[in-house]
Amino acid sequence: MLKVDNIHASYGAVRALHGISVEVEEGQVVALLGVNGAGKSTTLKCITGVLRPTSGTVTFLGEDITGRTPESLVKRGISLVPEGREIFGSLTVEENLRLGAFTSYQRDRYKADLKEMFELFPILEERLHQAGGLLSGGEQQMLAIARALMAHPRLLMLDEPSLGLAPAMTDQVFELISQLRGRGLTILLVEQNAERALQVVDRAYLLTNGLVEASGTTEEIKRQVDITSSYLGGEDTKGCEVGR
Amino acid sequence: MINLEFVINTLSLGSLYALLSVGLVLVYGILKLVNFAYGEYIMVSGYAIYLSGAVLHMPWYVTMVIAVLAAVLVSFLTEYAAIRPVRTKSADAMLVTSFAVSVFLQNVVLLTISPRSRAVPLPSFFSKTVTIAGATTPLRNLLVIGTTFVVLIGLSLLMKKTVLGMAMRAAADKFTTTRLMGVPANFVISAAFIISGFLAGVGGIFWVGRSASVDPLTGAAPLLIAFIATVMGGMNSPIGAVVGGFVYGLLFNVLSITLPASMISYRDAFMFAIVILFLLFRPEGIVRRGYTEERVG
Repeated sequence: MLKVDNIHASYGAVRALHGISVEVEEGQVVALLGVNGAGKSTTLKCITGVLRPTSGTVTFLGEDITGRTPESLVKRGISLVPEGREIFGSLTVEENLRLGAFTSYQRDRYKADLKEMFELFPILEERLHQAGGLLSGGEQQMLAIARALMAHPRLLMLDEPSLGLAPAMTDQVFELISQLRGRGLTILLVEQNAERALQVVDRAYLLTNGLVEASGTTEEIKRQVDITSSYLGGEDTKGCEVGR
Repeated sequence: MINLEFVINTLSLGSLYALLSVGLVLVYGILKLVNFAYGEYIMVSGYAIYLSGAVLHMPWYVTMVIAVLAAVLVSFLTEYAAIRPVRTKSADAMLVTSFAVSVFLQNVVLLTISPRSRAVPLPSFFSKTVTIAGATTPLRNLLVIGTTFVVLIGLSLLMKKTVLGMAMRAAADKFTTTRLMGVPANFVISAAFIISGFLAGVGGIFWVGRSASVDPLTGAAPLLIAFIATVMGGMNSPIGAVVGGFVYGLLFNVLSITLPASMISYRDAFMFAIVILFLLFRPEGIVRRGYTEERVG
């Protein structure tokens, strides 16, 4: 479904990706793992067109989408839940959801979709007319996911969905990912919390310094590397995180 | 000091400044660009009235429609032909480009029409005086208050009730994320410039209506006023711009009345001093930005 083939990318003079290849097949949940600065978010940026890779290609459903504009991707069926949630703080919850449906809007379907989101996330119905910026971090994460789902994506990409959330909220997010997976949605998940991510995915890629260090199913990854080790986002990485 | 005449004067001056300031802020909100060519849209609307009215002898209502359309068109073209090609380069490139458009437009009218000012034909009811409860004021002062009221209500409905408005507010908040929703960047930016041009065109009619003349440098003063008003009111929301416009009008009128005759020519210096105080003590303006910061929790 999605094929990232040997992409290189840089921010100005700083090279971030040195040839990343990732493949996501229909119906799979795939994770990109690695510490901060490993190139996970940069890979997503190259897929969404926010950043143009210096070389390599991104193919989605057989079509070359390398360097396409971010706005053209939603129509093709890719939705992103961005890192840090990126809720429109001055817009109401409803307006956030309405913009999520920007490309897919049809009155009847929109109403049905809203209803479905309220079933998945009851809190959103309660907060429908509140400003997005007034929600708690966890509620904002729910809204960000709902907003992305409103576009009826074929591929949902989640960038660090558990970052900065309380443990209970993190559980809820991973619970949701399993739920969406059950519905057959294809998901590309970026996570620092490798241990948690490996519980919900079919396959994973471990990124280190802009390269794929290991890839395969959960068992294969676990065989190749010690996932509790510090460079996979264990306990002792807090002090040595590098900036983005 | 506080009498009806003062109130009407302040409201009409404030309305005009509010109208002009909102136009400047709409583009700033999305592109973070202070559009230096903005004053020229006001100048263009003045020349549009001059050309259609004094040269082509069209009726006054046609000249006004043409004035607004001309400002909208020039604003749209500024974005399409000048800003869009450099938009992805850097913020500085856009700033310098908007400055270049400003100088370009001034020189176009200077070369093709005249460096000297031209009389702008306006309907006679514009300067007709009316008396309300003992206060005498030119009718255009009441017209600008009414027009601003209607335009701002319309704009607020557009921003609140339409998807375009939502997209524009979202883009002013988080531009890249808005694009990730499938909203084309060029679409919201063009819309912002078109609405900005509309406000400059409507405001322009009343701006040139005060002196009934237009020259190539007509746009400089309203640009400066709109800029100062938005700095005072808050650059991050149209509401800030409206507040800033009215506060500017109020301060200006208060200074006009309270300053002794010998000091009146320093009125602008006082205005600038007030702006400096704002920048020092409340750089975000009177109206702080809404709740874009996420709550902790």
